[in-house]
Amino acid sequence: MTAPLLSVETLTAVSGRDGGRPILRGASLTVARGEVHGLVGESGAGKSTVAKAVLGMLPATVRVAGGRVLFEGRDMLTLDRPALRAILGTDISLIPQDPQTALNPARRIEAQLTDGLRLRRGLSARAARARALELLDEVSIRDPARVLAAYPHELSGGMRQRVLIAAAFAIEPKLVIADEPTTALDVTVQKQILRLIRGMQERHGTGVVFVTHDLGVVAQICDRVTLLYMGKVVEEGTTADMLERPRHAYTRALLAASPRYDRPDAGLQPVPAAVFDELRREIAVFDAREARHG
Amino acid sequence: MAETFVDEDGGAAGRRRALARALLAEPKVVVGGGFVLFLVAVALFAPWIAPHDPLEQDLMLATLPPAGFAGAEPGYPLGTDGLGRDVLSRLVYGTRIALTVAFVAATLAALFGTVLGLLAGYLGGKVDTVIGRLVDIWMAFPPVLLSILLVAILGSGLHSVIIAIAVIDWTRFCRVVRAETMAQARMDYVTAAVTIGFPRPAILVREILPNVAPVIIALVSLEMGIAIIVEAILSFVGLSVSSDTPTWGGMIAEGRQIVHHGWWVLAAPLAALFAAVLAFNQLGGGLRRALDPVMRR
Repeated sequence: MTAPLLSVETLTAVSGRDGGRPILRGASLTVARGEVHGLVGESGAGKSTVAKAVLGMLPATVRVAGGRVLFEGRDMLTLDRPALRAILGTDISLIPQDPQTALNPARRIEAQLTDGLRLRRGLSARAARARALELLDEVSIRDPARVLAAYPHELSGGMRQRVLIAAAFAIEPKLVIADEPTTALDVTVQKQILRLIRGMQERHGTGVVFVTHDLGVVAQICDRVTLLYMGKVVEEGTTADMLERPRHAYTRALLAASPRYDRPDAGLQPVPAAVFDELRREIAVFDAREARHG
Repeated sequence: MAETFVDEDGGAAGRRRALARALLAEPKVVVGGGFVLFLVAVALFAPWIAPHDPLEQDLMLATLPPAGFAGAEPGYPLGTDGLGRDVLSRLVYGTRIALTVAFVAATLAALFGTVLGLLAGYLGGKVDTVIGRLVDIWMAFPPVLLSILLVAILGSGLHSVIIAIAVIDWTRFCRVVRAETMAQARMDYVTAAVTIGFPRPAILVREILPNVAPVIIALVSLEMGIAIIVEAILSFVGLSVSSDTPTWGGMIAEGRQIVHHGWWVLAAPLAALFAAVLAFNQLGGGLRRALDPVMRR
């Protein structure tokens, strides 16, 4: 097996404020080249923190207590700003969560879509424009020339998300971080966008870290999944394994709590309190062990 | 799978037309901007508009009332002051000083305040603390007293008035631009620009500044109104340009002394001051609405 594209190794992070509350408890995951890796968990599980750590963009309120984030063998946590900037935008890019705020309202789509191409690939304005038209066509935008001339507020949410996907893949990155890219969209558009990301990813051979809280989304797009709870990895495996043969009680409970297209008759079950007790016990054991070692 | 697109007109010419339409659709911009343009024209063409030399004294014609009142003379529509100078001509020439101060002082204050506000809002931390404290200290001084003090130190004259206004009022821009920059810096598009690998100065100038610009433009217009008032105050107390140049504030000071037998000498510059400040305020409010890129449709 070749070296993974991205490997997060026992990443531990605490909040800089409120007395060092743990945010990540030794979370590990690996993403191979060309793989879509789902990062799943409820709010506060630490999935966004992992994504931010990969981008080297942890807020000042989060302090890394241990672990490494290796992208092609280089630790994103210890790189200086110029080295980080050289990786961001050439090898790693981001599909942001909210298409409403992810495009600059004061700049035309053309300027925003060609930024990366001109800065990172050194294309001329004309060449960048030609490439931008191709990209918009690739994300199934019917009238690319017109979209390029538009301001973001003139586009619908789905259109904006397509533009953002085009922008993320524009510079042919090796890794794309998709931070809940479908959460702000309605379900029909969501499905198109997922298919689009999958298509782009397969054509370009890009690795994707797909952050979501929706197991339905995971089933549609991810090759492998890591499930987090309170910053600790609960279960990790291929999507098929996890959905069909969940090992942990929490995974089973979450699946029972999610609507299934394949089993429309199965009712939705709330996650039993005993499952949370079990999770908290595991976390207490982990924290106690950390306290002894650290 | 492709979605339809809502915008009707494309191209730069279409954009400019759309912007012009948005501006003209705002009554405050039309009325306020119209009056400001009128003032600019008056200031530029003062020698042709003014019926008399604003400095020409004729004590035989002192304190003539405005047209329509008993004892009015033809050729002096707004009457004359205590030295027999034509009030309308002085008003017309006074526009030059008022607008010069308004445009130059407001622009300087905006430049200075915007630069510091952008830095404080975007860099945060120590830079923000230092600039924020500076603004707090600055604003603790009563602005009129501070301006009188500054002009007293710098010496009277147009340059001193302009510098005093810019030095005092940059805080207005700094505070607003800082708050707006902080709000914009939290937006995902800034994060996106960071992940493309743009250096921070480029993000500040290319991404954030265009979104803060509408607020700055609106504020410049408001500041012009304030600058006109401050200049009038300084003229009133005799700290602005020398007294042989007609200014609205100087006219108010002269009119105050003869208000009992020549009220128009006071009323005319007051009305001009009031109208000019109102126009700048209306224009500022209207621009803020019309230029907002999100509200623009």
